[in-house]
Amino acid sequence: MSQGRPQPVPQQPDLLTVDSLRVSFGRAIDEKPVVRSISFSLRPGRCLAIVGESGSGKSVTARALIGLAGRYANVHARQLSFDGTNLMGLSDRAWRGIRGNEIGFVLQDALVSLDPLRRIGKEIGEGLLLHGAVSSREELAQRVIALLKLVGVPDPETKAKQLPHQLSGGQRQRALIASALALDPRILIADEPTTALDVTAQAHVLSLLEETKTRGKALILISHDLAVVSRVADEILVMREGEVVERGNAGQILKDPEHPYTKQLLDAVPSGRPRGSRLSPSTIVRSPARQTQPEVQSPPKSRPILLEATSLVKRFKGPDGTLRTAVDGVSFELRSGETLGIVGESGSGKSTMARMVLALEEPDEGAVQFAGRPWTALAERERRARRRSLSMIYQDPLGSFDPRWTVGRIISDSLSSDVEIRRKRQERVIELIDLVGLSQALLDRRPLELSGGQRQRVAIARAIAPNPAVIVCDEPVSALDVSIQAQVLDLLGDLKEHVGVSYLFISHDLSVVRQISDRVIVMRRGRIVDSGATEEIFRNPESEYTKSLIAAMPRLVRDHQIGHSATILEEGIA
Amino acid sequence: MMGSDAVKIVAHHPIVWFTRRIFSGVVVVWAAATFAFLIQCVLPGDRAQIIINATSGNVGLASSAELAAINAKYGFDQPLAIQYGKYILRILHGDLGESYQQHRPVAGIIAEQIGPTIILAVTALLLAWIIAILTTLFIAGRDNMWAKLLNDTQVFFATAPPYWLATILLVVFAVKLRIFPVIGGSSPAGLILPTLALALELSGFFGQVVQNEFTRVLEQPFVASARARGMSDFGVRLRHVLRHAALPGITLSGWALGKLLSGAILIEVVFARQGLGGVLVAATSSRDVPIVSGAVLISAGLFVLVSLIVDLTYRLVDPRIKLT
Repeated sequence: MSQGRPQPVPQQPDLLTVDSLRVSFGRAIDEKPVVRSISFSLRPGRCLAIVGESGSGKSVTARALIGLAGRYANVHARQLSFDGTNLMGLSDRAWRGIRGNEIGFVLQDALVSLDPLRRIGKEIGEGLLLHGAVSSREELAQRVIALLKLVGVPDPETKAKQLPHQLSGGQRQRALIASALALDPRILIADEPTTALDVTAQAHVLSLLEETKTRGKALILISHDLAVVSRVADEILVMREGEVVERGNAGQILKDPEHPYTKQLLDAVPSGRPRGSRLSPSTIVRSPARQTQPEVQSPPKSRPILLEATSLVKRFKGPDGTLRTAVDGVSFELRSGETLGIVGESGSGKSTMARMVLALEEPDEGAVQFAGRPWTALAERERRARRRSLSMIYQDPLGSFDPRWTVGRIISDSLSSDVEIRRKRQERVIELIDLVGLSQALLDRRPLELSGGQRQRVAIARAIAPNPAVIVCDEPVSALDVSIQAQVLDLLGDLKEHVGVSYLFISHDLSVVRQISDRVIVMRRGRIVDSGATEEIFRNPESEYTKSLIAAMPRLVRDHQIGHSATILEEGIA
Repeated sequence: MMGSDAVKIVAHHPIVWFTRRIFSGVVVVWAAATFAFLIQCVLPGDRAQIIINATSGNVGLASSAELAAINAKYGFDQPLAIQYGKYILRILHGDLGESYQQHRPVAGIIAEQIGPTIILAVTALLLAWIIAILTTLFIAGRDNMWAKLLNDTQVFFATAPPYWLATILLVVFAVKLRIFPVIGGSSPAGLILPTLALALELSGFFGQVVQNEFTRVLEQPFVASARARGMSDFGVRLRHVLRHAALPGITLSGWALGKLLSGAILIEVVFARQGLGGVLVAATSSRDVPIVSGAVLISAGLFVLVSLIVDLTYRLVDPRIKLT
């Protein structure tokens, strides 16, 4: 995509120098250090990636660089300077002259990082007005359109007049980047710029960042995902719990990481690895030893069909009164002991389909059969008794828990009612929490006191509690950091063998689906465009759409030429 | 496809929306009229007897001849359906009946008195908004002494009953300091104390609602985005946060105006101001039913109008809302 572009001149002076940056929150006694000591320097045309999981202090570091660490933050540094200007103890007024003007900042998740009540054009033009960069309304409008063009938003004249929610996720993110680039700042800081985007949108945003670097801007890229970073970064800084565990040349770190934590992060990236291989180092299922590689290779066709969907159609009435077909004639079957992955970008109809399978939404046409008997055609009263055999795991477990309930109560609540005796119930809850690899001490905690990974484990324990035959997983790992994601995927894989359950696994993330599924369905605009055995689909995709999705997958680029550009885009399929 | 697009465009045209709103408003007013009519019918006591007592000022029972005369005059001897039909017809002609006591058309009495009441309620609403927004702009999300003090003041005003505040204001500013007149009449100076008495309570209430939302929005990523562009704290508050924070307050404004109208009746009595308050209090105690039901009708109409204004304002502030 961007090969053969000019090399950055190595002798250029540092634009940004950070020496022993420390950030803590709170006062004296209960002061909580968040960033312990971080040092780096940045030259024009170079990209530094700060990688770490949530809570590692990477976002706080980024915000400290523009003096926005927050009211309660204490920022100290031996040196923090931009182009010779000392940034420590700068007045608010002086800071405002630098923010936006010299250092552009892109926050994560454009849906909430752009003012939802203001039109895109106004938001992008705001920086230009603040720093007095335009003299007339016409000039402002022209500059805004030019910026939208620069970041590759189609039909910029129309988009400038629209509100953030009217743009697609990728367009929104690009508009947000445009607003940060408005004054042509010399440094661009991007905090998780591709998280929550579909693969194709992700690829676009990464190319845009690469181009920005090519234009001689210095880039600081913050992410939890090494695969995303590997394409653009020249230098990588790995953070954990506020400390830098490893730093160095991108090529070297990706190829030959020294610190075990970096290795762990690299291993957690699911892309390009054989299906079924473990992603996380720890063994999760502790109780009854699982059979070593059982791989019950009975021919898949001979296994009984659990779920069968025939020609499902669902239409919705849009806010403007028009009918929109969300699912358009989808058929599939899920056999016992199988994992069926359903991939699609947002708006492909995959979640609507999941809701129909769970009989939460009635299909307009077609039907779902469950275990050989009618399912969606039944009245809810007749369905209720069998609902327990069909569980669900959501993307955001927090929203699916009653925040006042303890973990123990949450799990116990979904146990089937035939475990009547209280003591036995308690035993089963302990067994379940063990099974998902959580400590029993957590049983008395409430959801808000748990980490994201722990919450998803509790959600899994709740899903397997009633001994279901099928679990529908709707984006179960997309809200998690890569390393946590890896653990949860491994856990799901282990449980499949251990408790004998089948999964309908829905995700927008191809690498995740590839990792866990036996068969894959690719959906686009409510229709199935590709389906088949997982490896078959990934090696030999039939439709152009699947090909483009696979090509857009972020994958680790380990073959960095040392000291060179970090942007060798792998072509084709791994 | 083209057909459905056309339907879509028509359905979202502001004029279509407006017509629909007017139509549903008419339904609300009609329902209020029917309710007022039914109340008259089920009120305890013979209606003719009430009219005679209200007119003459006596409490004794009237003779059956007198009652028959009244029944014939007001049509009480006719079936309910016919009475109802005539009542609705009269309303359509703008005739709200005649006061039993004053022997004048109700519409005229209300028209005379409603002006000062509406002026009082609307100025109080505007003042409440101004006070709430100004204080919130300065105190939300800050924890210095002034912010705490102003916040506590808001809570105090929100919980203090307006008639009590009115009395305090009257004693301090009119009787002790003699800045404002004790009995306002309709001069602008006379409007200040009653407006304050009404507005302070509401400003405390609005202030708390807006401040709550304001503090939440201040932490939103898009606010951080604006700061990262180099915007000052005050700019962020004024240009980004205020608009979001005002939304729940705008929704409450319709309700607030209703509350202000009823509050105004009490305040008018406290300040001996001209207005609907005095008339309504007198009409209720003497069972002058036409005035009371006329007032019910008028306030229903006012509510329809106010909620229309609230919806239009909401749409101006939040462009995500489509007219439906």
